[in-house]
Amino acid sequence: MSRPVSIVVAAALVAACSSGPRGGDTLVVFAASSLNDVFTALATDSESGVSADFSFAGSSTLATQIVNGAPANVFASADERQMEVVISASTNAGAPVVFATNSLVLAVERGNPRGVHALADIDEPGLLVALAAQQVPLGQYSREMLASAQVEVTPVTLEPDARSVLAKVEMGEVDVGIVYRTDAMSSDEVDFIDLDESRMLSIDYYVVALDRSDDEAQAFIDRLVGTDGQQVLLNAGFGLP
Amino acid sequence: MTSRRANGRTPIVIVVLGAVACLVFALPLVALLVRVPWRSVGSILTSAAALEALWLSIVTSVVTTLLALGIGVPLAWLLARTHFFGKTFVRAVCTLSMVLPPVVAGVALLATYGRRGIIGSPLEAVFGLRLPFTMPAVVIAQLFVAMPFLVLTVESAFNSADQTVEDAARTLGASALYTFVHVNLPQARSSIIAGAVLTWARALGEFGATITFAGNFPGTTRTLPIATYLSLESDLGEALAMSMMLVVVSLTVLIAMRARFLPTLGESR
Amino acid sequence: MTLSAEFVRRLGAVTLDVTVHVDRGETLAIVGPNGAGKTSTLRTLAGLERIDSGLVSWSNEVWDDPSSQTFRGPDERAVGFVFQQFALFDHLSVLDNVAFGLRARGVRRIEARRRASELLDQLSAHALAHRAPVTLSGGEAQKVALARSLAVSPHVLLLDEPFAALDATSRTDARRLLQEQRGDGLARILVTHDAVDALTLADRILVMENGRVTQIGTPDELVAMPRTMFAAEILGLNPLRGRLAGQVLDLGNMTLTVGAHECSDGAALAVIRPRSVSLHVAQPEGSPRNVWTSSIAGVDRSVDRVRVRLAGPLPIAVEVTHGGFEALGLREGDTVWASVKASEISVRQG
Repeated sequence: MSRPVSIVVAAALVAACSSGPRGGDTLVVFAASSLNDVFTALATDSESGVSADFSFAGSSTLATQIVNGAPANVFASADERQMEVVISASTNAGAPVVFATNSLVLAVERGNPRGVHALADIDEPGLLVALAAQQVPLGQYSREMLASAQVEVTPVTLEPDARSVLAKVEMGEVDVGIVYRTDAMSSDEVDFIDLDESRMLSIDYYVVALDRSDDEAQAFIDRLVGTDGQQVLLNAGFGLP
Repeated sequence: MTSRRANGRTPIVIVVLGAVACLVFALPLVALLVRVPWRSVGSILTSAAALEALWLSIVTSVVTTLLALGIGVPLAWLLARTHFFGKTFVRAVCTLSMVLPPVVAGVALLATYGRRGIIGSPLEAVFGLRLPFTMPAVVIAQLFVAMPFLVLTVESAFNSADQTVEDAARTLGASALYTFVHVNLPQARSSIIAGAVLTWARALGEFGATITFAGNFPGTTRTLPIATYLSLESDLGEALAMSMMLVVVSLTVLIAMRARFLPTLGESR
Repeated sequence: MTLSAEFVRRLGAVTLDVTVHVDRGETLAIVGPNGAGKTSTLRTLAGLERIDSGLVSWSNEVWDDPSSQTFRGPDERAVGFVFQQFALFDHLSVLDNVAFGLRARGVRRIEARRRASELLDQLSAHALAHRAPVTLSGGEAQKVALARSLAVSPHVLLLDEPFAALDATSRTDARRLLQEQRGDGLARILVTHDAVDALTLADRILVMENGRVTQIGTPDELVAMPRTMFAAEILGLNPLRGRLAGQVLDLGNMTLTVGAHECSDGAALAVIRPRSVSLHVAQPEGSPRNVWTSSIAGVDRSVDRVRVRLAGPLPIAVEVTHGGFEALGLREGDTVWASVKASEISVRQG
C-alpha cells in the first residue's frame, strides 16, 4: 500500500469508529424485532420531521450491544429483564415506561387443517408442535402458560425466536406454533387462535431514553404512548397497558 | 524473524501486514478467553446439556465428513478430469453454499426435504419418512454447507497431479476405476485429508442452516453451536464457556492434522 | 505377429499421418525434431489418445478403428510404456510398482509380488525392491519403470526418450540393458532424439518430421542415403562395430585410434561424422593417426554438400563442400587418401 493510500484508509477507519451516536440529527432506536412493523410505520407517518434509524433484533442481543457501547438513543425491549440489564449499566438513562403488552396465540396453517381450537388440543399425538427455546422470553412465557394450563406437549423443535417458530408454521413443517399475537397477525400465511390462558402472563414492552436529557428521544417516546402511537400498536395486535 | 532462504531478509512491510492479518484472527480469540468465567467453566462444560450438545456435534460432524468423502471425492474427480457441457456452471452450483447465507441454505433445504418439499413430500407420503427436526437433517445441513471445502481442495489436487502416472497405470492394465482407487486417491491423499479436516471443522461450527432446517431439540438436533447461541440469550458466561469448548476442540484437531499430514502438501514430487 | 498402424490424428497445428509396421522381435526407433509428433505417436499406439481415422491393430486384434467404432483402451492392449520421466507410483514401494500391473489384472498379492521380485532379479535390481521411488536415482527409476512395464508381458514395448532423464553413467548402463533385451520377442518402439541410440539399438529407423514419416529403413540404408536434410544431419553418420582395447579400436581388417572415452575394453561401437573425414589425393603431410587409402564407390551431390561413399576397407560416407571436391578433381573409382583425427571418433559400449 502506498503511503497516501494508507493514510486515507487509516483516516477513514478513525472517522468511522469515532462518529458519535447521533449522525446529524437522526435518532437511533434499538427495538425488539416484534416492533419492526409498528416502529417503521410510526416513523413514516411522522409529521415532526424527526427521522429515525432503527436496529431491530432480539431484546437480549440489543441489550448486550448497548451495554457494550452501541450508539443507541432509544431502547424498546420486549423483555423486562433485558431492560433492567441496560438500565443498571447506564448512568443517565431515563425511567422506562410500559407502552404496550402482548399475548400468546396458537399459530396454525391457514384454514387450520388440523382443527386446532384450544391450547388443550395441542397434546394430540402426531401433531407437530414448535415452541420457542426456554432461553428466550417467548419460550419462558410458553412454558409458564402450558404448565399452569396443565397441558403436556413434546415439541419437535425449540426455535431461537418467535419469527423462526412462525416460519416453521408458514412452511408447513409443524402443525402448531406458540407465538406472540403480533407475529401471527403480521403473517398472511397463518391463522391464529387467541389464548385466554396467556392473560395471566404480563408480557410488557418497555421503552427508555438512554440519555434522559435527550429531547428527541423523549419526543419519540411521547409519540409512542400518545394517541397515534397507541392506535398503530392496537392495529398491529398489541394490547395497551 | 528469519526467512527460510538464507539470502533473503523478510521485508518489514510484509511482516507488519502479515502480523495485522494474524491479529484479525487472534484478538477475538484472546478476548474470548479473557471473558470466559473460568471459575464456573468446569461445571458448565460438564453439565449434561453441554456434554449432550458436544457429543451430538461430534457425531454429526464426523458422519458428515465421512459422507462428504464418499461422494465429494468422486465429484472432485469428475470436475477435475472429465469434460462435459456446463461444467463451469455445475462447479459453481456445487460450491455455491459456501457463499450462501446459511439461513437461506436452511430454507432451501426445507423447500427440498421439508413436509412440503419436492423430495420431502413424496418421502413422507411413500415411506412415512420425515427429515426436518431429526439427526439426519443436521447431517444434511452440515453436508450442504461444508462439503464444498472438500470438493474444491481435492479437485485442485487432482488437477495438479501428474497425469502420466495415471497413464502409466492404464497401460499396465488398470481400468479407469482401479486407477482412480489405487493411483488417483493415494496421489491426492494429503489434499483429501486436508479437505476432510476443513469440512469437518466447518460442519462442527455449522449453525444457521442447521437451526433453520433441523430445528433445535436437545439430544436430536441441538448441536454445540446452537446451544451456544441459545445460551447467549440467557447466560453470557455459559455461551462463552461453550464457545471456548468449540474453539479448543477445533484448534486441537486442526493443529494435530496440520502437524501430521499437511507438511507433505508442499513437497514437490 | 505384427503391430500395424496406419492412422491420421489432428493435433492442433500438426496433423499426425503415420504408417508403420513393427514385427515381433523387432526394434523400431522413431527419430525426429522436437514437436514432430514422436511422443504423440507412442501415446496413440498405447491407446492413451485416439486416432481420427485409420487402423491400429496387433495381428488380427483391432485396437483402434473409428470406422467400426472399435476402441480398446490402454488397459485392453498388451502394451508396455516406459515414460520419459518414468511415472512411478510414489506411494508404492519398488516391488509394488512392479507388481501393480499384475494386481490390476487380478493376480493375488503374494503371487504378484513373487513375480515382480523375479523380474527385478532378472534386471539385477532386487536390491531396490523395498525402496521408495523418490529415493531412486534416474537410472534405478528407469530400471524399475522397465521392469514394471515388462511384468504384464506386453506384446509391444514403447519407450519414450528412455535416456533423456539419465546422467551419463546411467545412460551407458541403460543402453546396455536395452541392448541385452533385444530380440526378446517384443515388438519395441523407441522414441529418441539421439541418432546414435537409434543406430545402435534399432533394427529399423523411422524419421518423423512435422507429423509425417519422411523416411523409414535400416540404419545402413539411412546412413547411406538420408532422404531429408534432417535425416542427413542426424543420421548421416558412420557407425562402426569393433573391439576396443584402450585407445585402439580393432575393426577386423584395420584399426583406428579413438579419442578419450569411458568405455571398458570389449565390444564397442564407434561413430565417425562424415564431415570430420578429410580426403586427399596424396598421402597427407603431418601425422594424423588414422590414415588409409580407399577408392570412391559413389558420389551424391546435394545442394550444399557432396557426399562421397568410400569402398573398403572402411566403407563410410564422407561429406565435403562442392568447392573442396572440385579442387581435388576426383571421380568415381579414383583412389583417395582418407584421414580422421582420433578425437573425432567417439565410441560407445556395445
